[in-house]
Amino acid sequence: MNRLRFAALASTLCLAACSGAGDLPANIVAAAPSPATSSAKPQATAFTPPPESAIPNDEFGKQIELGRKIFTETAKYAPGYVGNQLNCENCHLDAGRLAGSGPLWGAYSMYPAYRAKNHHVNTFTERLQGCFMYSMNGKAPPADSAEMVALETYAYWMSQGEPVGKELAGRGYPKLAKPVQAPDFARGEQVFKRDCALCHGPDGQGQMAAGKMVFPPLWGPQSFNWGAGMHEVDKAASFIKANMPLGRGNTLTEQDAWDAAYFMNAHERPQDPRYAGNVAQTRAKFHDTPQSLYGVEVNGQVLGQGSAAH
Amino acid sequence: MSARWAFLFTLAGLSMAGSACAGSPDGATLATQGNGRGAAPCAACHGADGGGQTASGYPRLAGLPAEYLRKQLEDFASGIRGNAVMQPVATALNADERATLTAYYASLQPPPAAPTTASSSAGPVLADRGRWPQGLPACDQCHGPGGVGVGNSFPPLAAQPASYLANQLRAWQHGTRKNDPLELMRGVAAKLSAADIDAVTAWYAAQSVAAQGVKP
Ligand code: HEC
Ligand code: HEC
Ligand code: HEC
Ligand code: HEC
Repeated sequence: MNRLRFAALASTLCLAACSGAGDLPANIVAAAPSPATSSAKPQATAFTPPPESAIPNDEFGKQIELGRKIFTETAKYAPGYVGNQLNCENCHLDAGRLAGSGPLWGAYSMYPAYRAKNHHVNTFTERLQGCFMYSMNGKAPPADSAEMVALETYAYWMSQGEPVGKELAGRGYPKLAKPVQAPDFARGEQVFKRDCALCHGPDGQGQMAAGKMVFPPLWGPQSFNWGAGMHEVDKAASFIKANMPLGRGNTLTEQDAWDAAYFMNAHERPQDPRYAGNVAQTRAKFHDTPQSLYGVEVNGQVLGQGSAAH
Repeated sequence: MSARWAFLFTLAGLSMAGSACAGSPDGATLATQGNGRGAAPCAACHGADGGGQTASGYPRLAGLPAEYLRKQLEDFASGIRGNAVMQPVATALNADERATLTAYYASLQPPPAAPTTASSSAGPVLADRGRWPQGLPACDQCHGPGGVGVGNSFPPLAAQPASYLANQLRAWQHGTRKNDPLELMRGVAAKLSAADIDAVTAWYAAQSVAAQGVKP
């Protein structure tokens, strides 16, 4: 029955971010769904960020370089602020440069912005902090910390020359149309086994080599938490459609992307740090959207119990 | 090198007669003697230590995951990995022999890396960054840090002869190798130029498995 509810509400579009729902206007990405071809580029880009080789060789450049490293190897370069085995880059490909993968240059000039998630105007700094708390299941680095300065310098450098306050094509993840059939766990499991498990592992826990996480975990204690934007089925579906399987973006059908997203997000992950005493209340307060399976019963289990590190 | 070949073939010829009545031979025996039913001794081409032969473009088998090696033998036999040399060899091996040989090679120490050839910076850039505006991921994103390999499905590229690696990339471009899961390598190879292939294969051939830590 939660599927019916889901279907009824699936068209409520709120393109949101790392840490929650409803902060981007719905018109920022091309409305037309991309055709199911193997075109690598999700959509036309109106802005091309400078290449990495253009990072200047001076003090300013050092901060850009550090910001890049924090983005690609987050726990190593921002220790103390990360509580899982993900890196920012895992969900913002090519070190935060790829159009259709939530690029930093798509975000930088769009803040400060009002976010429904926390009911106030957020600076870019606060936006980045949210990613640490939810997507990285960690702690927000203080605004004046070395980590924040470096990340913001990196984003600023990448965005030079773009207009301020103007949506660029390629921002966020290209929004999908409402699925033809309500997303389904069993179908999603089939897609997962066929198109995802090779890399993310049969249990979705990722794969490591030489001490590094190569294929990141999709759920469980080392993945993003229940407060992260990726836990919402529509956002996950858009990301997956445009970017997965790695190097083969836009080859899945839209239905497969919705089903895989539903399956992924119908598994336990770390608790929402805003946990309000019990799951029902937390859902009512923070996850009152059909895109969230938090507090929803799937296969006889009420999701949102959290999954502790073991 | 030709002396080593002659030696190996003599060795194989001599012991093949004797091994016919023995029980099922172990991996080392099969590798140096073949199975007497059409599978030539692996060691003749893949080296006595399984380290491969750079000059001829024969791959190292030492230290590769057994599961990956087994899949390749099946794919040679079925022809979805087309290769005139390996197809008859793989076809002549039965399931037990494949299991024995792949476990044997997986247990051997990988060879040292080839000496670094001073080449362009294009190799490490493709390996570590890819070329995303063209939709090309970094090779390391699937093959692991420094190309050490990941799990059973993503083979190591480190310390593999450059000529062998380049042959594989061209085989995917020409459609003679089409055994890659989810068509992942077909997509990658299609985006590589001849210069890219030279640069990236030279770079991986010079990467040491040991320097990157343990094998997968
Ligand atoms: C688990 C996946 C994931 C990880 C890891 C992640 N993010 Fe995000 N991020 C998202 C999602 C989902 C959105 C929302 C995108 C949308 O709504 O289109 C987002 C949005 C953003 C935005 C705002 C984009 C915009 O256009 O407004 C920024 C900036 C950002 N992330 C930075 C980061 C940083 C910095 C890190 C690492 C500290 C990080 N992200 C880690 C998933 C992730
Ligand atoms: C070829 C290997 C591969 C396949 C197949 C693959 N992925 Fe991924 N996936 C990756 C890699 C690598 C990353 C991290 C990307 C980066 O850091 O640049 C990733 C990142 C992700 C992320 C964001 C990070 C996280 O852990 O939450 C999600 C979600 C995801 N993949 C879902 C899927 C789904 C669903 C499928 C199947 C439809 C799939 N992937 C298939 C390799 C793969
Ligand atoms: C006459 C030379 C020769 C002999 C003998 C030989 N091989 Fe090969 N082998 C090759 C060549 C050449 C290739 C590369 C084929 C290609 O380019 O696809 C290869 C490739 C392989 C591969 C694929 C490796 C990879 O990284 O994908 C495996 C596995 C293999 N051989 C196993 C064996 C086994 C086991 C034997 C012994 C039963 C054997 N070979 C005997 C020449 C030989
Ligand atoms: C999206 C994942 C992915 C990426 C990115 C990738 N590979 Fe692969 N690669 C694979 C898989 C999977 C195989 C194993 C195919 C099989 O099972 O036969 C493979 C096999 C290979 C082989 C054959 C190895 C052998 O022992 O026969 C070579 C050579 C190779 N890749 C080179 C590269 C290079 C060079 C790059 C970067 C330009 C690259 N790969 C990027 C997934 C990938």
